[in-house]
Amino acid sequence: MEMTQLALVIDLNVCVGCHACVTSCKEWNTSGQAGSMSDDRPYGADPTGTFFNRVQTYEIGAFPNTETLHFPKSCLHCEDPPCVPVCPTGASYKRKEDGIVLVDYDKCIGCKYCSWACPYGAREIDEHQKVMKKCTLCVDRIYDQNLPEAERKPACVLACPTSARLFGDVHDPESVVSAAIRENGGYQLMPEWATKPASHYLPRRKTRIKIHADELSRADNPLKKERQLPQPGKSEPSLDDVTSW
Amino acid sequence: MHPAFSVIFLTTLIGTGQGLFLALYTGQVYAFFHLLSEQASKGFYLGGSLIALSLLIAGLIASFFHLGHPERAWRSAAKWRTSWLSREVLALPAFMGMVLLYGAAHWLDWNQPLVTIGTLTLSATMVFGALGTVLCFVLFVCTAMIYACLKFLQEWHSPLTVINYLLLGSASGFTLATAYSVYAAPELMGFYGKWAIIITLLAMVTRVASLMRNCKLKPKSTLQSAIGVRHNKIVQQAQGFMGGSFNTREFFHGKSKILLRSVKWVFLITVFVLPLLLLAGGLSTSVTVLLSAAFLVQYAGLLAERWFFFAQANHPQNLYYQAIS
Repeated sequence: MEMTQLALVIDLNVCVGCHACVTSCKEWNTSGQAGSMSDDRPYGADPTGTFFNRVQTYEIGAFPNTETLHFPKSCLHCEDPPCVPVCPTGASYKRKEDGIVLVDYDKCIGCKYCSWACPYGAREIDEHQKVMKKCTLCVDRIYDQNLPEAERKPACVLACPTSARLFGDVHDPESVVSAAIRENGGYQLMPEWATKPASHYLPRRKTRIKIHADELSRADNPLKKERQLPQPGKSEPSLDDVTSW
Repeated sequence: MHPAFSVIFLTTLIGTGQGLFLALYTGQVYAFFHLLSEQASKGFYLGGSLIALSLLIAGLIASFFHLGHPERAWRSAAKWRTSWLSREVLALPAFMGMVLLYGAAHWLDWNQPLVTIGTLTLSATMVFGALGTVLCFVLFVCTAMIYACLKFLQEWHSPLTVINYLLLGSASGFTLATAYSVYAAPELMGFYGKWAIIITLLAMVTRVASLMRNCKLKPKSTLQSAIGVRHNKIVQQAQGFMGGSFNTREFFHGKSKILLRSVKWVFLITVFVLPLLLLAGGLSTSVTVLLSAAFLVQYAGLLAERWFFFAQANHPQNLYYQAIS
């Protein structure tokens, strides 16, 4: 638990489904250290290609009580990743120093067994390079000393216009991601498989004020501010009658 | 899951090869304990071992078609401590070597007694056969555990998967041994034929048991747990792309429910019912061509059985890919 575990926290309350994280991820990683992420028929009728990150959309509820949920989906860098032990070559591994799950493209034989062993469908084979690919948490930029410190973050995090994506060490209780999970109800996907995903999601949150009826009038009124004042009779002298200026 | 023909041929071919080896050795063990008066010729054992070895090699070749980088296949022996696939990669050549050794030892007549216990004489061929049998069972377990160890593929995550691989492979191997003995050792035809019927019946019981188990399965993952939203009515509106991806190609069989159900009945008839009738018919009459037909029908049926095995498995990642847009 004391070791570093880098992860993303994705706030579904502010994600607007703009796909900026998808395009920035593809842009960075297709031109990064790991080489290109191949596409087929990018301008054709049925384009397909390798992506590390996707944004899906769900409709929750029935009309008129519906809500749209945009759901970015990438590797969750599980603390107990089921995809790693099944790999016959050791190409899939989890880094001890920061908990990132990576694939060594030079060792991968393209047997796809790791993708079968991931319940989230986070791994995709590159149809041209014939090796398994997945989110690297931009491992080739988060440690890059040539970048300003503020830019040493995954491309998707930097691209998000609503700051729906947070990046940090979920094992450090003081980190921005730990605080977000703790304070905003962060949860893991498919907890039933005990994979312990490091990346968390923050739920949609409603801000509501509950006003009780008795709160509309003052319960106690020590200065009698809203009391009905006694009305003087018509024959009573007025203020002008009893005062002399 | 999308059934891959490379894996369908791999598992059925090596299963038959393993079963054939078990059949050869079963005959020898019976003779060893004087339970079988007929002792087959050395040519019978060599020929049988070579057929078994050819099936294993054919299966190995088929497996290469599953790999993106077959030239790196040697690397897959590395992680045998954690990966059943890696263990299978080690067990398969070890077993192939032992089958070759077993056939060669018979051909070279290494039947001189090494140890004599009363009337039982233990020879080198018996020892190689015993080692081969151990490796054969290890290989069955490794192959089946590749699928059975994936806990969220609930259709596979059961001891029945291991039992079925063992029994279905053995059934086809003993049926092949029956067909082979017609030409190589007709006196053993009845012996192998009866075992083929018994193992096919056992396999039918366990395969039907796994079908019944899978009928009652309740998926542990739901769309609610997949995206973490508590609502009974959630409908996917977009999966992030419109032209398909690895996620939609690898994990969906893309066939209709009717076809899936038809394949189930086809394999139940061709793996179990027809071969049992053909075996019984071939043994009771002397129309031996029925015994060859029994093997061919059963092997073809096993291809359908294995296709169904993959297609029936429902991967939880499919929850994320229910609608294109």
